[in-house]
Amino acid sequence: MTGFIPRDRRWHPPALTPGYKTSVKRSPSFAPLSFPTSPSEESGPVFRDDMLGPQDGDLIHNFAKPGESAVGPRIIVHGRVLDECGRPVPNTLVEVWQANAGGRYRHKKESYLAPLDPNFGGCGRVVTDEHGFYEFRTIQPGPYPWPNTMADWRPAHIHFSVFGHSFAQRLITQMYFEGDPLIWKCPIVDTIPSRAGIESLVAALDMSRAIPMDSLAYKFDIVLRGRRQTHFENRPEGL
Amino acid sequence: MVQKLDILRESPSQTAGPYVHIGCTPNFSGITGIYPEDLGTRMITGDAAGERITIKGTVHDGAGTALRDALVEVWQADAAGKFAGQGGDAAFTGWGRSAGDMATGEFTFETVKPGAVSWPDGRKQAPHVTFWIVARGINLGLHTRMYFADEDAANAQDPILSRLEHSQRIPTLLAQPEGNGVYRFDIHLQGAQETIFFDI
Repeated sequence: MTGFIPRDRRWHPPALTPGYKTSVKRSPSFAPLSFPTSPSEESGPVFRDDMLGPQDGDLIHNFAKPGESAVGPRIIVHGRVLDECGRPVPNTLVEVWQANAGGRYRHKKESYLAPLDPNFGGCGRVVTDEHGFYEFRTIQPGPYPWPNTMADWRPAHIHFSVFGHSFAQRLITQMYFEGDPLIWKCPIVDTIPSRAGIESLVAALDMSRAIPMDSLAYKFDIVLRGRRQTHFENRPEGL
Repeated sequence: MVQKLDILRESPSQTAGPYVHIGCTPNFSGITGIYPEDLGTRMITGDAAGERITIKGTVHDGAGTALRDALVEVWQADAAGKFAGQGGDAAFTGWGRSAGDMATGEFTFETVKPGAVSWPDGRKQAPHVTFWIVARGINLGLHTRMYFADEDAANAQDPILSRLEHSQRIPTLLAQPEGNGVYRFDIHLQGAQETIFFDI
């Protein structure tokens, strides 16, 4: 078994990013200890195929009363989970959560004055198919102000939690929406060192997948770490 | 110019934010009726072999304040040193997830004591549990390991613990037995007791 390609920590946000104030006291000051991945990191949790409920990937309806639906622009979010070698990552769990169309989260510690939508819970989950594709439907989340400086607003975004097949691949990130001017003003987005890195988290409007008179669509691919390859190996896809 | 490498860039991490519990433990957050139960609540799903233990701990920031918005995940081998999906105990998932106590932030995992796992060169690693911590203010999920303070001999031979330059920091990786199978593993993000975090 060969290990994973080391993570490029210059591509990810550093731990200490003073523009995002909460990071100041939550960032380790020692450098992380680097060592090669072992079986403890190259293995990962396995989820049962029958775990998903029929509405887990439909945030428009999974918290709504019968016959009702969440308020907001209806969208499809679709894409692929790949590894750094370009191989699809099949049968992996993707969890998502987001604010409602007014920018309000359903959470007891959330105090933004925008109203809750009684038909919107804000979470969903899907499993990628054998080719690494996933798709879910939701409403477009709204932007919202947050307590950092008094001038800071989050761009519209959806949080993603992805497992891959190894604990070394575990990743949480956020998807942004093409054309949102708030992307370039956000201190959390700005923790990513490069413009190219930021752009890799911006989903493209995809009219080819829009449903006429129903939903717009956005495409968002996710790349997880890949295993080092040897020349003559023949490994199952995604492993 | 040279030829292009066919390597993609990993998606950059972004903080899990203050509402990670909505997405990962919605029932804990009071969002009920979507999932039957929160994932990772039960690691032991049947008659799993091995010593039953409870891991408890709290994540502290650099000011010493306990985090109440963190999500902590653990991944470990079964009592025989095998992982789920790789011939491990069918009654043990190896994976747990805790949102922490609503009031104190203390996380709890009911699990079994892991067996020894091999290192790539064939040596044995001391029994350990891999931890992954995300929260508001953490830009990239933090990996660390919990070893057992009552495994002196195995810890002394461990390929990672034995090569640490700052050996005085090793206690930050050791869970302390508190009796009745309870082990305490507090995590410090920063400060004098900063936990050793791993770049794996």
